[in-house]
Amino acid sequence: MKTAFEMDTYKSEIKPTWCPGCGDFAVLRALQTAIHALQLEPWNVVIVSGIGCSSNLPHFLSTYGFHAIHGRAVAVAEGTKLANPDLHVIVTGGDGDGYGIGVGHFIHAMRRNFDITYIVMNNQIYGLTTGQASPTSEKGMKTKSTPIEGVIENPVDPISLALASGATYVSRTFSGDVKTMADLVKGGIEHHGFSLIDCLSPCVTYNKVNTYDFFRGRVYDLQKEGHDPTDMKAAFAKAIEWPMVQRDRIPLGLFYRNDDMPTYEDLEPALKKGPPVRQPLGVEDPEALMAEFL
Amino acid sequence: MRKRDITFRVGGAAGDGVSSTAESFAKISARSGLHSWTYSSYQSVIRGGHVWTQIRGGLDPIYSHGVDPDVVVALNQQTMDVHQGDVVEGGAIVFDVDGTKPDPKKLRGNVRLIGIPLRKKAQTLSQNALMRNTVALGAVVRLFDLDFRHVESAFKDIWGDKKPEIVQQNIEAAKLGATEVDAQGGSLNYALPYTNEPRYLMTGNEAMCLGALAAGVKFLAQYPMTPASSILHWMAAHGPKYGVVVKQVEDELAAMNMTVGAGFAGVRAMTATSGGGFSLMVEALGQAGMTETPLVAILVQRSGPSTGLPTKTEQGDLNLALGAGQGDWPRAILAPRHPEDCFRLTAQAFNLAEIYQTPVILISDLYLGEGFRTVEKFEFNVPIVRGMMAADGGTVKEFRRYLITESGVSPRALPGTKGFQHIAATDEHMESSELISDVLAGLPEHVEERRKMHEKRMRKLEGLRKDTPRPELWGPRNADLTLILWGSTWGAAHEAILRVDESEGVKVNSLEFPTLFPFHVDETEQLLRGVKQTLAIEGNYTGQFTRLLRAETGYKPDHFYGKYDGEPFTWRDIADKILEAVA
Repeated sequence: MKTAFEMDTYKSEIKPTWCPGCGDFAVLRALQTAIHALQLEPWNVVIVSGIGCSSNLPHFLSTYGFHAIHGRAVAVAEGTKLANPDLHVIVTGGDGDGYGIGVGHFIHAMRRNFDITYIVMNNQIYGLTTGQASPTSEKGMKTKSTPIEGVIENPVDPISLALASGATYVSRTFSGDVKTMADLVKGGIEHHGFSLIDCLSPCVTYNKVNTYDFFRGRVYDLQKEGHDPTDMKAAFAKAIEWPMVQRDRIPLGLFYRNDDMPTYEDLEPALKKGPPVRQPLGVEDPEALMAEFL
Repeated sequence: MRKRDITFRVGGAAGDGVSSTAESFAKISARSGLHSWTYSSYQSVIRGGHVWTQIRGGLDPIYSHGVDPDVVVALNQQTMDVHQGDVVEGGAIVFDVDGTKPDPKKLRGNVRLIGIPLRKKAQTLSQNALMRNTVALGAVVRLFDLDFRHVESAFKDIWGDKKPEIVQQNIEAAKLGATEVDAQGGSLNYALPYTNEPRYLMTGNEAMCLGALAAGVKFLAQYPMTPASSILHWMAAHGPKYGVVVKQVEDELAAMNMTVGAGFAGVRAMTATSGGGFSLMVEALGQAGMTETPLVAILVQRSGPSTGLPTKTEQGDLNLALGAGQGDWPRAILAPRHPEDCFRLTAQAFNLAEIYQTPVILISDLYLGEGFRTVEKFEFNVPIVRGMMAADGGTVKEFRRYLITESGVSPRALPGTKGFQHIAATDEHMESSELISDVLAGLPEHVEERRKMHEKRMRKLEGLRKDTPRPELWGPRNADLTLILWGSTWGAAHEAILRVDESEGVKVNSLEFPTLFPFHVDETEQLLRGVKQTLAIEGNYTGQFTRLLRAETGYKPDHFYGKYDGEPFTWRDIADKILEAVA
């Protein structure tokens, strides 16, 4: 009989290096809770990250991981998933990594609907490089790189972007509520398709605007207000509430979910034989292959 | 001396069907039993401009597309203007009398002008304007006395069994051309004894695909870029049958990073591009070096810098391949000379990448990658060596993915293997893969640890040096001059060597480098000890390999010939330089 994996099984020996109070602790806890709840075999989980404070996360769990270069985690993860679709592939990283330098891969991975879970620790600031503006920094926010007028560009809205790009599980959570976050991460891993979990994860050191208190006073639960996540139009309407339209009410929860869309892996012809990593190497019909060139 | 080879050139505007006419003729040549070789000169345009292809076929093995054609088909006036003076004495020019005019003053002696109303003839059979090429092709087949059954089989390749009426129409059109030749003096009477035993015909890019399949490639991610795109095309059509995932991606950053992810997951993975795309891949390539992830990267060079001449050849990206990625990390760079090398070195590259858990770069060029050559049958039963792998049953706490070893190679564990969970890290790390970079860098014991880890990785170069193909000396031992070269320059150089020996009695050999890095210093120095004087030949301005040779051995070649006009070396170019050097 299979023994159940304990919560601690998923924890590594390495202690997180984040600042005390960092929102990323909650995300780590939520992810650990989710994979524990799903009883995933740790050797069949691969967590891919990029560069940034949040991208150190894979080191703090005892699964397989790939700590990639800045902005490329999603692309690395796609390659891993295609080579071995049996693996649970989860990407973790920050807003700079995913919505800035890596935004191209983010969009294309979603339109392909890979069965990958993408957890973005969105703190609206660059932390590891000590406090420059990020692609999700609010307009007007003063940072080290925008010291005079503050940010003068509009922030990326990852939720609308994900909806427009074809993601089939689109959600936003907040580090102030680990339990709900864990539920949404679990739902994302279970979902057959690309899932985005945008985690509002305050940076207590460099972002003095979007603090825990800032969010606590503004967030509300979509599901409690009766939002239907199968309705894409309604999802868009909710998505644009913040930061596009106003900043007083911030919707959290599941914006959109579509369980009927085939994944990239479902449609890729080479995967019909099974995971490439387990296929025999070499060519069985060299004569026939060469004959094409006669 | 009896003629032993034939050379044919067809030119026109892009969209005129030059490439399909040329491809048909190349097949006819190979199926007639000739060793065949093509070079296509084209431009970065879909319609218009001036494109031409030369096909050479020989009873004996040939080494280049040759220089002056026996027969030219001029599909427009520009082709006539540009190429009429190149046709050899006793050769022929086929053209459409309605609209194209030769200039007899520009011709060499005794060149036959075979004017045919190509378009009008074709229109008697079909409204398809491209059918006029078929009339011209038929004329060429008759001029060289080639067997018409190869014409039929070439057309069947293009239109297949689905459109027998089109195949039949084209055969009729070709016969019209042949009849015209008969009416205008008949064939060129070269009387080559064709064996009609078909030869395998393929491009260097296709030979690389076959080498990769033989080695068990299971993943290709690529972004289209001339002249590497045909790798993507061939693999997309054939890969799935062999379980190969072929993915066209959003950019070359994704191509390389996906390849890294696939290599990490445990499949034999590769990507292919040209210089511009390779430039984008550089950071991710270094990532593979640091995380010790095996992969194969194919770099098919074209003329740079920047967008450069997208449809022209060059060997200008060696520095790029040598220096790709920040910091030092171990890599091998292999440079195929011909399709046989493309097959063999690609297959070997996958072994090297997995044995040493690091990227292997194959550096080719447009001339080799896109040119068709006949080859002998490849031996697909290549050795497959996957390197050091951890087996099931380890413990996470004890497993050291980056264990420091004498060889620099550490046991590798694939995701899904129970008990060996670890993180592959691009930050500097300890044996356990715990990061040094974050809270440990600079602490005395970790300064030492960083040094040891860096040395461990770099020690792989010693193994790679031992396992990569050695430099080769081709030609007579006691030569007056030794050519120093790499890559596709091989062919024109060999032909030049044979010809200067035959015509001038000058003895020349060539020192060739299928491996560019790690450099085989000892073997090279030994080979250079016996040479009288040397001429380095490269398709670039600065002598990128020549500088590498000097950096590694201190040896400076006596002469240097760099070519960077976009055109491939011809045997005549090299023969001229040889004679200058030995004068």
